[in-house]
Amino acid sequence: MSELKKWYELPVGGLIIEPGSAVKYKTGSWRTFKPVLDRSKCNDCLICWIYCPDNSILVNDGKMVGFDYDHCKGCGICAEVCPDKAKAISMVLEHQ
Amino acid sequence: MKVMALTGNEAVAEAMRQINPDVVAAYPITPQTELMHKFAEFVADGLVDTEMVLVESEHSALSATVGASAAGVRAMTATSSQGLALMWEILYIAAGLRLPIVMAVVNRALSAPINIHGDHSDTMGARDSGWIQIFSENAQEAYDNTIIAVRVAEHPEVLLPVMVTMDGFIISHTMERVEVLDDEVVRNFIGEYNPRYKLLDVENPVTFGPLDLQDYYFEHKRAQAEAMENAYRFIKEVDEEFYKISGRRYQYVEPYEIDDADVVLISLGSTAGTIKDVVDNLRLKGMRVGALKIRLYRPFPRDEVIEYLSNASVIGVMDRAIAFGAPYGPVCLDVKSVLQGTKFSELPVVNYIYGLGGRDIRPGDIERIFIELDKVRISGEVPKSPRFIGVRGEEDYFEKVKRLVKN
Ligand code: SF4
Ligand code: SF4
Repeated sequence: MSELKKWYELPVGGLIIEPGSAVKYKTGSWRTFKPVLDRSKCNDCLICWIYCPDNSILVNDGKMVGFDYDHCKGCGICAEVCPDKAKAISMVLEHQ
Repeated sequence: MKVMALTGNEAVAEAMRQINPDVVAAYPITPQTELMHKFAEFVADGLVDTEMVLVESEHSALSATVGASAAGVRAMTATSSQGLALMWEILYIAAGLRLPIVMAVVNRALSAPINIHGDHSDTMGARDSGWIQIFSENAQEAYDNTIIAVRVAEHPEVLLPVMVTMDGFIISHTMERVEVLDDEVVRNFIGEYNPRYKLLDVENPVTFGPLDLQDYYFEHKRAQAEAMENAYRFIKEVDEEFYKISGRRYQYVEPYEIDDADVVLISLGSTAGTIKDVVDNLRLKGMRVGALKIRLYRPFPRDEVIEYLSNASVIGVMDRAIAFGAPYGPVCLDVKSVLQGTKFSELPVVNYIYGLGGRDIRPGDIERIFIELDKVRISGEVPKSPRFIGVRGEEDYFEKVKRLVKN
C-alpha cells in the first residue's frame, strides 16, 4: 500500500477517481482460512476463476496456477465450486 | 425584473423554474406540497427541462436526488417535517459525498403529537448533518436564498448541500410582494453546472461512496469540516454578486437598530420581521432595543454574532425548537458557545422557547420579552433555564414582570 495521504490531499467526498485502484488495497490480512491448491487434482476447468468474488484465482495460459494471497479473503467459494471429481482446493487455517 | 404576488412556496417554485434543474425528485408533504405542486405545473407546461421523479417516500426523494447529483447534473428537492426526518440517513450521505444539492425545507413541527404547522424542530435536528442552512424571513428571501444556494452549493471550494428554509404557512402560504429577477439574469448568475466528477462520465470512471475504514474515514470527515469553513468564507462573495444583480444585499446576520441597543433579541426566520416591528414601537417609547436576525445558521456566523453583540448589555435568544435534554435551545447553545472565551462571555443571555407547532408569536409577546430583558439588565438576575413563551401555565412570570414596568 502506498503511503497514507493527508486529509487535504484526498479527492473530494471519499471518491475513488482512479479506476482499478482496488488492486492496491490489500485485503489478504482479513483471512481466517486460506485456499490451497493440489495441482495434481486440478483439471483447469476454471470454474473457481469464474466464481471467485475477489478476482484472486491466478491463471496463466489457460491454466489455474494458484491464488493472489494479497487479495484473497478466504471465503472458500473456490473450494466449494471446484467440481466433485476434482476437489483440488482445500481450505486450511491461515497460520498453518 | 418584475413584481409578483407570490406565496413563499410559489416564490421558491419560481426560483426553481428559473434555475431549471436537470432533476427534481420529491414527495408531497404539508406545507411543502404547494411548492412542488407549482413546480410540477412548470414541468407539465414545458417551462423547464427538468426530469421530475415522483417517488414513494422522502427517503427515496433524497436518494434519487443524490443519484442524479452524483451522476453529474443539477438536482433539487423539497420537504418538511416528517419528510426531512425520513431523509435522515441520506442527508449525511449527500453531505459526505459532497453533492451540491439544493433543498427547500418548509419548516414544520415534528410528530408526535402530529401537527402540520411551523416551527424549527425539523431543520434544527439536521443542524449538524453537514448541510449548509439558510433561513428566510419572508417570501422574497426564500426566493433569493434559493438562487444564492445554487452558487454556494456548487462553489468548487465548498461542494456541500444546502437547505433553504422558510417557516411553514407563515411564509409558505402567505402571499407577499416578491421582486422576481429576469430568467436570463438568474441563468447567467447560476451559470452552467460542470462538476469535476460525474458517475456517468464513462471516459473518466469514478467510484462514489466506497467503503472507508479506520485508515481514511477520519481524513474525509476532516476535509468535510473544512468545506464548511470554506462555505463560511465564500458565501459572502456569492451574496455580494447577488447584490449586483438584484440590489438586495444579504449578510450572514442582519442587525436592526443594534448600534446603541442595550437589549438585543436574536431570532431566525419570520419572527425576525415581527421583532423589527416591536423594536420600532419600543424605540418610540424610548427603549434602546435592537435585533439580530441569523440568516446563515450553518455554518454558524460566529464572528458576526460577536461583532454585533459587542455593544449589548443583555441578549435574548429566540428558539423555535427544543433541544431536549440540552441546557438551552439550539440557537442559544450556539450563541453562548461563540461568546464563551471572549470578553463578552459574561454577557447575560436569556433563552426563549416559542412558537412550537405554529403557536402564534405576537408583538405583545415580544414586547414582554424585551421588557423582561430590560429588567434582567437592571437587576443583573439572569434566568438560568429557557423561558417558554406563549404556553399556558407560564403566564405568571410575565404578569410579575409587567407590574414592574412604569407606563
Ligand atoms: S477463497 Fe474466496 S477469495 Fe480466495 S481465491 Fe477462493 S474464492 Fe477467491
Ligand atoms: S475449479 Fe478446481 S479443477 Fe477447476 S480450475 Fe479451479 S481448482 Fe482446478
